Amino acid sequence: MPVEAFLSLRNITKAFPGVVANDRVTLEVRPGEVHALLGENGAGKTTLMSILYGIYQPDAGEILLRGRPVRIRSPRDAIVHGIGMVPQHFLLVRRHTVAENIALGLAGTPPLFPARQVQRRVEELGERYGLAVDPRAPIWSLSVSEQQRVEILKALLRGAEILILDEPTSVLTPQEALNLFAVLRRMKQEGHAVIFITHKLDEVMAVADRVTVLRKGRLVDTVPVARTDKRALTRMMVGRDVEVRLQKTPRVPEGEALSVEDVWARSDRGLPALRGVSFTVRRGEILGMAGVAGNGQREQVEVLTGLRRTERGRVRVLNRDMTNHSARQVFEAGVAHIPEERVRMGIVPAMTVAENLVLRRYRYPPFCRGQLLDLEEISAFARRLIAEYEIATPTPRTPARSLSGGNIQRLILAREFSGGPGLIIAAHPTSGLDVSATEQIHALLLQRREEGAGVLLVSEDLDEVLALSDRIAVIFGGEIMGIVPAAEANREGIGLMMTGQRP
Amino acid sequence: MEEWVVNTFIRGLALGTPLLWAALGEIYAERSGVVNLGVEGMMILGAFSAFALAQTTANPLLGLLIAAGAGAAAALLHAFVTITLRANQYVSGLALTMLGLGLSALLGRRWEGLPLLDTLPEVSAFTYLSLLLAVLLWFVLYHTRWGIVIRSAGEAPAAVDTLGVNVALVRYLAVIFGGALAGVGGGFLSVAYRPSWTEGMTNGLGWIAIAIAIFASWDPLRAVAGAFLFGALFHLSFRLQTWVAPEPLQMMPFAFTIVVLALTARRGGRAQGAPAALGLPYVRGER
Repeated sequence: MPVEAFLSLRNITKAFPGVVANDRVTLEVRPGEVHALLGENGAGKTTLMSILYGIYQPDAGEILLRGRPVRIRSPRDAIVHGIGMVPQHFLLVRRHTVAENIALGLAGTPPLFPARQVQRRVEELGERYGLAVDPRAPIWSLSVSEQQRVEILKALLRGAEILILDEPTSVLTPQEALNLFAVLRRMKQEGHAVIFITHKLDEVMAVADRVTVLRKGRLVDTVPVARTDKRALTRMMVGRDVEVRLQKTPRVPEGEALSVEDVWARSDRGLPALRGVSFTVRRGEILGMAGVAGNGQREQVEVLTGLRRTERGRVRVLNRDMTNHSARQVFEAGVAHIPEERVRMGIVPAMTVAENLVLRRYRYPPFCRGQLLDLEEISAFARRLIAEYEIATPTPRTPARSLSGGNIQRLILAREFSGGPGLIIAAHPTSGLDVSATEQIHALLLQRREEGAGVLLVSEDLDEVLALSDRIAVIFGGEIMGIVPAAEANREGIGLMMTGQRP
Repeated sequence: MEEWVVNTFIRGLALGTPLLWAALGEIYAERSGVVNLGVEGMMILGAFSAFALAQTTANPLLGLLIAAGAGAAAALLHAFVTITLRANQYVSGLALTMLGLGLSALLGRRWEGLPLLDTLPEVSAFTYLSLLLAVLLWFVLYHTRWGIVIRSAGEAPAAVDTLGVNVALVRYLAVIFGGALAGVGGGFLSVAYRPSWTEGMTNGLGWIAIAIAIFASWDPLRAVAGAFLFGALFHLSFRLQTWVAPEPLQMMPFAFTIVVLALTARRGGRAQGAPAALGLPYVRGER
């Protein structure tokens, strides 16, 4: 039963220097369907949608709307054609109100007091689709899921018939994700088409009608969700079967790796970010820290790694007081730091792989003699780590910036683990990595746990936290809502704590 | 004593007027995301061209009009270099200041010391018009479609772009408008405040206008208070010369500027801070 396609992308090709992001990709979207676009990071999903939204121009291929070919040269064209996009990183003016953000450049608003008229329409639409948000509130005062609603409202008020959502659940708690799915179903009923970019299989199964899978820039297939399963989708997405079971052996933790007692700290803006946080990590244990972004995780990691001052409270690392010590002192006390922004904080992009690998230790023999570096020694050290951690780099003298994300992360782990740390602080260690790099990073963390290191794993990926942790702490508003053994944890319980409810 | 206070007030208004125009212009440019440190240069070009035309035509209003044009033209240069070519805004602004000072000195040689037959009074309808202008610009910024677009361009240009509004155009217009206001501000100096032409007669007022824009948290209404406060302070530095050596007094407005900037920098709060994208060129697709 062929249903006429509402939107067709035909043989879209787009190349960037050194990489073909989309290679003859074809996608058909029908009215009133939620169409999932599934693929790993780097599979070309976002590029394809950026072409549809007019941010990039395709090198070849055509776009048809209701059977007619169209050219979309800019986001403005896309809006005119009824295409709306909710980007992964919201494009909102934080200091302006919801109504001002929606009124920005919106056709049909009056020149004077445009926000007033928009307020009414926001309230109407909010009711119709279950997207309640106060139009007078400034964006910075809203939660991430409310900000997402504003982005959806922005698109709806511009008459979007096709709504593209780029990884919309990556910033949401499980409950918020369920609410979003309800909104999407409502939109479907109203005849909108939704394109849902994701790499999470559960979401595809939960909300999509059909799914198109991309791998390395190419179309694998489009299938109805009712006629597939997670295992088949994984194979399409990764190109092979994935061993989902991690090699995690039961282990009795011994001794204390980290103890945090009543720690208080402020954010960059000077607002309280940590309010009396206390927890411990034992040796041979992974403590997962779950929470919605911006609830104090960053500040917590910075306090523990010597990058932010503690106002009150104590931090003890491997039984030594390390409160407000410098980053170097903390490292030398046996702490490895895998920072959340790996390119900005984890490496010096312009320096070579070898130089980056020796960054923690260049000041000590055998890597230096007095003020001079022993380049031979450094090079030998780098070669050893490159082999051991399987860092794919042409030479040790290649600038670190030219490595892929997964290899940069391997480099960081190699450097941080080379000192045999007793405590590992890992912030979002696999965000943006493909399946095989993720598997390898997980295995390395588990191996360190096996060898008796304590690991604090801060992650927004609840599946990752559930899979790796021995215990799970949930942070909300700078406070620990609760700490539960992973064996007793479930998504719903953790999700509730992520929204500020204590168990 | 009473006369002393009244005098300070009147002179504060007189000097506050050009400061206010220039500061309002800078507020609009910066709200759109472009720092223009060329205010001093745009003011002196305005001052010179206003004087030249007023001297030739004996019409000071015509002088102010050409001053607006001169300021706008200078600002267009800054806009082209920083928005289209994406050069560093601070460097370009400094260059513009030096260009304005040099060019006006060169062209102004034969006008130096000439009298102006028809001048505007120090405090005139224009002074009150400036207050009205400030209110109007405040209203436009906060309660109109244009205002939302201008402020958004300075806060989140990527958001403006993806909604189909031309960021470069918005910034061009705001910078050119700002330049026109700075030019008029300079024109006031040479046809009303001190009706004459001397090389470098803006004397650092452009820098104070920039400080006022910051001091006012980029709010046109607050700029009114800042402009007249600084105007009065400038006048006081002359009055106190009877008792205090002139050099420290001449430093006073500038020292005060530094104090004000230090204080506002510490205040920092979310509602008060600088536009988030201030000083950053916008390129589509860069995150």
